Amino acid sequence: MKSLLRPAVSLFVLLSVVTGVFYPLLVTGVARLAFPAAASGSLIVREGKPIGSALIGQNFTNPKYFWGRPSATAPQPYNAAASSGSNLGPLNPALAAAVKTRIDALRAADPGNLRPVPIDLVTASASGLDPHISPAAADYQAERVARSRQLDPQTVRQLIAQHSEGPDLGVFGETRVHVLRLNLALDATTR
Amino acid sequence: MNDHAWILLGLFMALLLLLARPMGIYISRVMTMGNHGTWVSGVEKAVFRACGIQRDEEMGWLQYARAVLLFNALGLLAVYALQRVQLWLPLNPQAMANVSPDSAFNTAASFVTNTNWQGYGGESTMGYLIQMLGLTVQNFVSAATGIAVAIALIRGFARHSAAGIGNAWADIFRATIWILLPLSLLFALFLSSQGVIQNFATYQEVRTLDVTTYQTPKLDADGQVLKDEQGNPVTEAASTTTQTLAMGPVASQEAIKMLGTNGGGFFNANSAHPFENPTPLVNFLQMLSIFLIPGALCIAFGCIVGDERQGWTVFAAMGLLFVSFAIGAISFEQQGNPLLAKVGETEATSVRTTALTDGNMEGKEARFGIADSALFATITTAASCGAVNSMHDSFTPLGGAVPLVMMQLGEVVFGGVGSGLYGMLIFAVLAVFIAGLMIGRTPEYLGKKIEAHEMKMTSIAILATPLLVLVGTAIAVMTEAGRAGIANPGAHGFSEILYALSSAANNNGSAFAGLSANTPFYNGLLAVAMWFGRFGVIIPVLAMAGSLAAKKRIFVTAGTLPTHGPLFVTLLIGVVLLVGLLNYVPALALGPLVEHLMLWSTR
Repeated sequence: MKSLLRPAVSLFVLLSVVTGVFYPLLVTGVARLAFPAAASGSLIVREGKPIGSALIGQNFTNPKYFWGRPSATAPQPYNAAASSGSNLGPLNPALAAAVKTRIDALRAADPGNLRPVPIDLVTASASGLDPHISPAAADYQAERVARSRQLDPQTVRQLIAQHSEGPDLGVFGETRVHVLRLNLALDATTR
Repeated sequence: MNDHAWILLGLFMALLLLLARPMGIYISRVMTMGNHGTWVSGVEKAVFRACGIQRDEEMGWLQYARAVLLFNALGLLAVYALQRVQLWLPLNPQAMANVSPDSAFNTAASFVTNTNWQGYGGESTMGYLIQMLGLTVQNFVSAATGIAVAIALIRGFARHSAAGIGNAWADIFRATIWILLPLSLLFALFLSSQGVIQNFATYQEVRTLDVTTYQTPKLDADGQVLKDEQGNPVTEAASTTTQTLAMGPVASQEAIKMLGTNGGGFFNANSAHPFENPTPLVNFLQMLSIFLIPGALCIAFGCIVGDERQGWTVFAAMGLLFVSFAIGAISFEQQGNPLLAKVGETEATSVRTTALTDGNMEGKEARFGIADSALFATITTAASCGAVNSMHDSFTPLGGAVPLVMMQLGEVVFGGVGSGLYGMLIFAVLAVFIAGLMIGRTPEYLGKKIEAHEMKMTSIAILATPLLVLVGTAIAVMTEAGRAGIANPGAHGFSEILYALSSAANNNGSAFAGLSANTPFYNGLLAVAMWFGRFGVIIPVLAMAGSLAAKKRIFVTAGTLPTHGPLFVTLLIGVVLLVGLLNYVPALALGPLVEHLMLWSTR
């Protein structure tokens, strides 16, 4: 065993330094030079101040904004320092209760809207930070947002289309609407 | 399965097939290269001399096993120690506290065994130095250990009348430096170009567009949570207009997390977190990088034993199993949750809660949708990766049973880097043995007679993990401390425990994450399952490698059972399903099956 100790310790130290120090530092250095915005969090800056990340969703409850996916992070929703899903099982009564509360909130904010509620708008995302909703979920809210802002619903639908992105390369993932960007565009239009 | 899902699965398998052979040939060359001529050899010479390694020294299986164990024990100590003192170390801008002894031990065992089960939330527990110097290092070397053991077993088949099965130090070094490191570097740079963060900044505070109001637990003067008469925490309303974005050197860890089938997330939400997995394109490449090395190792196996058909046969068995389970998972998730369809129903309008894209979206990200999430879940559990881009705990009962079964098969459907191949070769030996009994001939595999010693080692390797899973589950279900962790009521709660033990003992690392596992009970129980699930297989595998290498080669005759081609693929799949699955049928019936029947009968 003794003859194994020196190689074991030396190799462990060597590989630790290479993979645990040099490698991450090299990636950091190159990323900072080549992709500075992406490497530091894809921040959206308005008037010199960061107001969010293009990749991280924010919580919206005001009827004049599009609402995003429900978030199960604690203590507040969309806590980007403690990502988490709800982990509610399909038969857990708490899941159905949470979905019911969300449907009631959507209907209370938009009493005339009796269309089916898109499932992604009432179920919690995996990270609790999902920046997107489905086009159906955006369309469901279009009338409400237009009314709250006294805009033509057609204008709002155009903005939705502008902030939708299709499946990546036409095959990967789903068509989705970027909630924060859409809401920023709405604020710019109304102002 | 809609068109999108078929195209996705087809594209995935096509690219995997395309990449497996060149990668496999590269791995076989690296792991069997000689010692002369090139600059690579020059580097190795200098490094090995400095470390006191005789690179030409052949180790017997016992010496090889001692080396692997010693090296991994050092890793266990280092990761444990680093976590215990992180508050006093540099690169900890959020001043993360020292991790508790039980959690630190669990995490150390978890990362050393290539499990990467996480009882903690990354962004609220680990400083940057621990993520790099503790966890990223183990992401590399635990994967390298797997490759080394797999190559040692292959040498056992390829050599004859030999005393040694290779040099453990050279194998671990080569797998890390010439295979995992260059691939990770390329992949990490690609990831950081796509939005995966890579920095050492403090957490970034931003001012949000809308106000967030929420309930927060009320604290008394000592900072303890106030409770009302029923013992429920008293809450008070709070509001905020800021959001704190967690930062860190994520891309470098993310790359090896996938390529090394590790799966331990930088953040709590793992590959569901947009900073780890920002786009569906990145998601696809993450899925591909999980299977890349396990798939390629099948081909490397064929190359080293001198018959590529043998490698493709193993690959085919893995591929067929994987595709059938993936189709199952995607279909079950697309069915959705029938209970939610009724929630929005009112008598006056009979409005139903349905979406254009139906399916079970609880615990899934909008950018990935159903197909890209369910496919990821199958891949990450077929391989012993354990990264998740959706919350498996919220899957439909049968959709969630797919990841569970993939792990319980023993992580041999591509499996972990190295461990998948040696696991499948153990099943191949068993298949040959069973076929030998059926046709009444002495079983032989790749020119080696399979005798009593090999069958003993095979039995130990195959039975070690089911024993850990089932006994561990029984202990957890019977004790107060075990039941206390359950989050979901009913059969699903049992599934959470069964999943945790299956994940730990098979070194996967994914979770039905509702289970509160960061307790001394689960930290201890799962650490034991991970350690013995790993080395309880590695040691018999190495023992078998040693005895196989010492055997004479017997030549192929008309009576030899061919171990390539469709017949053997079928036999191998049959053995994996029968032996791997039958152990778990009663447990599966109590968990996902009962839950499935309840879900569709209470509709």
